[in-house]
Amino acid sequence: MEKREYLDIYHQMVVIRILEEKAAELYQEGKIGGFLHLYIGQEAVSTGLISARKPQDRVITAYRDHGVAINAGLSANEVMAELLGKATGSTGGKGGSMHLADVKKNFWGGHAIVGSHLPIAAGLALGDQYQKNDGITICMFGDGATNIGYFHEALNLSKVWNLPVLWVCENNQYGMGTSVERASAVSDIRQKAEGYNIKNDYVDGMDVMKVREKSLEMIEEIRAGSGPQFLEIITYRFRGHSMGDPERYREQDEVGKWRENDPIGIYRKYLLEEKIATESELDEQEKSAEEVVLESVRFAESSPEPADEELFANIYADN
Amino acid sequence: MAKITMRQAISQALWEEMERDPSVFILGEEVGVWGGTYAVTKGFYDHFGEERVRDTPIAEAAIVGAAIGASLTGTRPVAELMTINFAFSAMDHIVNEAAKFHYMFNGQMVLPLVIRTVGGGGRQLGATHSQTPDAIFAHFPGLKVVSPGTPADAKGLLKAAIRSNDPIMFIEHATLYQTRGEVPEGDYIVPIGKSTVQRAGEHVTIVTYSKMLELSLKAAEKLSKEGIEAEIVDLRTLRPLDMEPVIESFKKTNRAVVVEEGWKSYGVGAEIVSRIYEEAFDFVDAPIKRVAQLEVPLPYNRRLEQKALPQVEDIISAVKEVYNG
Repeated sequence: MEKREYLDIYHQMVVIRILEEKAAELYQEGKIGGFLHLYIGQEAVSTGLISARKPQDRVITAYRDHGVAINAGLSANEVMAELLGKATGSTGGKGGSMHLADVKKNFWGGHAIVGSHLPIAAGLALGDQYQKNDGITICMFGDGATNIGYFHEALNLSKVWNLPVLWVCENNQYGMGTSVERASAVSDIRQKAEGYNIKNDYVDGMDVMKVREKSLEMIEEIRAGSGPQFLEIITYRFRGHSMGDPERYREQDEVGKWRENDPIGIYRKYLLEEKIATESELDEQEKSAEEVVLESVRFAESSPEPADEELFANIYADN
Repeated sequence: MAKITMRQAISQALWEEMERDPSVFILGEEVGVWGGTYAVTKGFYDHFGEERVRDTPIAEAAIVGAAIGASLTGTRPVAELMTINFAFSAMDHIVNEAAKFHYMFNGQMVLPLVIRTVGGGGRQLGATHSQTPDAIFAHFPGLKVVSPGTPADAKGLLKAAIRSNDPIMFIEHATLYQTRGEVPEGDYIVPIGKSTVQRAGEHVTIVTYSKMLELSLKAAEKLSKEGIEAEIVDLRTLRPLDMEPVIESFKKTNRAVVVEEGWKSYGVGAEIVSRIYEEAFDFVDAPIKRVAQLEVPLPYNRRLEQKALPQVEDIISAVKEVYNG
């Protein structure tokens, strides 16, 4: 990998971190409505994963989607504008925080019904298989989604039809406030893939390079025709489930322990130790990331509201 | 024109569209090797092969979900749900996903998707296999709901549905497959979202669709012998609903009966009657009546089942009441 790419990964992770912190502030100020699910703590997961895809590979995820959108190539401007419900947002102010998308960048959305997008991901992969395309589908979901029927229907179908899909479970230890141990019959989520005879593995989700390496390996095997594979990525969300989370279900000691494993700090240390970048180069990336986010807030706040006519636009594709 | 069954008409539409467009494929339970539980896709598997006629596991959310995903990539899947009662297992994908994506993602996602399914009672299959929940699906903006009552419409509407870029629930009726009618050969398209007059008359307007069209036509023949001429408007599409032929007919007859197979409460009739009152109140000469299924889960016993379902006699007496009212 070239130095530029290492720095770009660092830049993306910092953009996500600052964008999420800024979004939390704007939410407190009442400028962002609805729900807001922050990705803070999980940046290495989607950054490492998506850095391993090719442009023809589709990405689809759940509702904790701001970071995934940034990694998929959406600008901070269109993400922030969507959070503020503006016409310049990625879905013109119609989707909001949980439904970011840009199909031109092969980002097929945030999806807010837990588990519902897994059968759809199988369908995206089916579409590529049917048309003999070279792309694979990367489907991200939380540990909570592995307990709903859709997960099992989708995994089963993907194996039966040998679909080119990478199932990625972001195991952040909690489905809302219920820990994996209290909700899932097995704590190692990848055991569920075993039940469908799907090749599976796991990786430390706080280390972006490890995530990237494992993802590259699996994505290319799938592209070569291996059929579906399953990757469990062990991670942790530093903030609550959403902004309205009182966090009565976990001790602050536990949160503190995970925070010592900050994925951005780990990656920074790695880049310095391996002498890939210097302190000042990384500081520069951070400064640039901060500017990107501040600009996105300026852009979003000064963007127009969607016009009234938009209310009835795009209900159907045909008239 | 050839007189063929509804089953043949639907089969013909599917076959012709698959021949015409390689992006069209079928997926569902027993659509392939078995040939379709209602034999609609008999012979398809041998002709088109397993890639295009795909047997699925018994997993309705996976069937509809996968069809949604495949449609997003530019293919034109026709997903078959063995009966509409099983559609409830895929309800999330039909109403939360298929019906929402085009709007919610601001036009970025296009879903050329047909969900073919079979509804209706009268075959002694008991309460869970005999429902007519069409109105539930018609409730959601973003979804289109089509339900033909004649073989010609079945062919023309299904071809239109497959060529459409919107998610469409295509609801067939289990006891109409043997019904015969004249069906134009080749490229015959009936536009989605257009109601039509199936029988002209001047005294009372009957608004109906699907299986109840057959019963309403029978009722109209009997009424005709008594000097009452019913005009029958066939909705064909429940959403988007085309009220124009209904209102036009009502302004002429000033009297109407709405006939549906589903339950009366919150049903298709409730919608049609409200619309007539909203759009043509000044033309009302008598209270509008609804004929519908009795408010019970359908029982297995034949006599009780038939008692609960709307019958020709129920339509006749409703029309007479409205005519004399």
